[in-house]
Amino acid sequence: MIYLQLFWSFFQIGLFTIGGGYASLPLIRNEIVTNQGWLTMQEYTDIITISQITPGPIAINSATFVGTKVGGFAGAIIATVGTVTPSIILSLILAWAYYKYRDIKIMQGILGGLRPAVVALIAAAGLALFVAALFQSGGTAIGGITINFLAVAIFLAALYALRTTKIDSIWLILVSGAVSILFHLFS
Amino acid sequence: MVNKEKSGRLFWMLFKATFVLSAFTFGGGYVIVPLMQKKFVEELKWIEADEMLDLVALGQSAPGAIAVNTSILVGYRMAGLLGALVTVFGTVAPPLIIITIISYFYMNFRENPLVDALMIGMQAGVAAVIVNVVIGMVSGVVKQRDIINTLLLLAAFTASYFFDVHVVLIIFLAGLIGFVNLSYQEKKGAIK
Repeated sequence: MIYLQLFWSFFQIGLFTIGGGYASLPLIRNEIVTNQGWLTMQEYTDIITISQITPGPIAINSATFVGTKVGGFAGAIIATVGTVTPSIILSLILAWAYYKYRDIKIMQGILGGLRPAVVALIAAAGLALFVAALFQSGGTAIGGITINFLAVAIFLAALYALRTTKIDSIWLILVSGAVSILFHLFS
Repeated sequence: MVNKEKSGRLFWMLFKATFVLSAFTFGGGYVIVPLMQKKFVEELKWIEADEMLDLVALGQSAPGAIAVNTSILVGYRMAGLLGALVTVFGTVAPPLIIITIISYFYMNFRENPLVDALMIGMQAGVAAVIVNVVIGMVSGVVKQRDIINTLLLLAAFTASYFFDVHVVLIIFLAGLIGFVNLSYQEKKGAIK
């Protein structure tokens, strides 16, 4: 019964998260903390913090966290499946419609407008992440701005490597993390 | 579909690509999008740049996590329904495993200084990858020398970054402007 309830709660969270990521936070608080009482407010805040420092979408992270707490590993899997089920159904319908109708005139007009907007959304999110990574986390405060010099140095070296070599992006991220740890250990 | 070969190798590559991308994507949905762009468009050359942008727009329009939706769309594009199931599994597996482990001892994890150092370094690396992809994408739009598209890009960026306008609203308005723009240009062409 608890598994069915987990599935249904996270199915709703998945279904009503429109616009991605942080849009799911108020839904999660309402359903998981207020309605079901599966997490305390403290635990809810913790899972958001953990989501910021671990990989993966925040909705999947909280589904796993709540599922583990309520129903062990099986609970984690069921809550995760509940979260992605609406995504699978609706994304596949959109994909089907896209490949069927993308060559007609109306769709070409709409897609022509969407492409620059999507580039802009990615750029805006990228800029927010750039600011968070280099100017907020654990840096030195200078005249009102906080600069993390190590992060800036790693960023510049990584960008240089990307522009001049064919280095794989995942390797680059791993090397960046390793450099930061080495610097931490030897400074 | 360019690649009809639904072999085990294709499924394995789809799983590996989405699993690795998801495992190293910190900071939420938008971070994975440029990484997917780099992997599937630039490195693997499986999907055209314009088509990838369309898939991202669709992924943002469907409910749920953007990373999950976009990986479902890429999987479907490459290998149909089964491909979509493979990529969604690849995307949710890393957070599922990592959070399950962390949920047993999470406070120690957060306060470990080595974890903190790792996060700072990896975030700087992720920022570099994203800035690099964004430079390529923005110059792609600007090089079209289409004033409407360039203005649309600037307007959408301003709305999203400075005014926190909801993504769904931006997508809807951009689609509408694109449609009106094309209709207007056709009308103008017909009069000539």
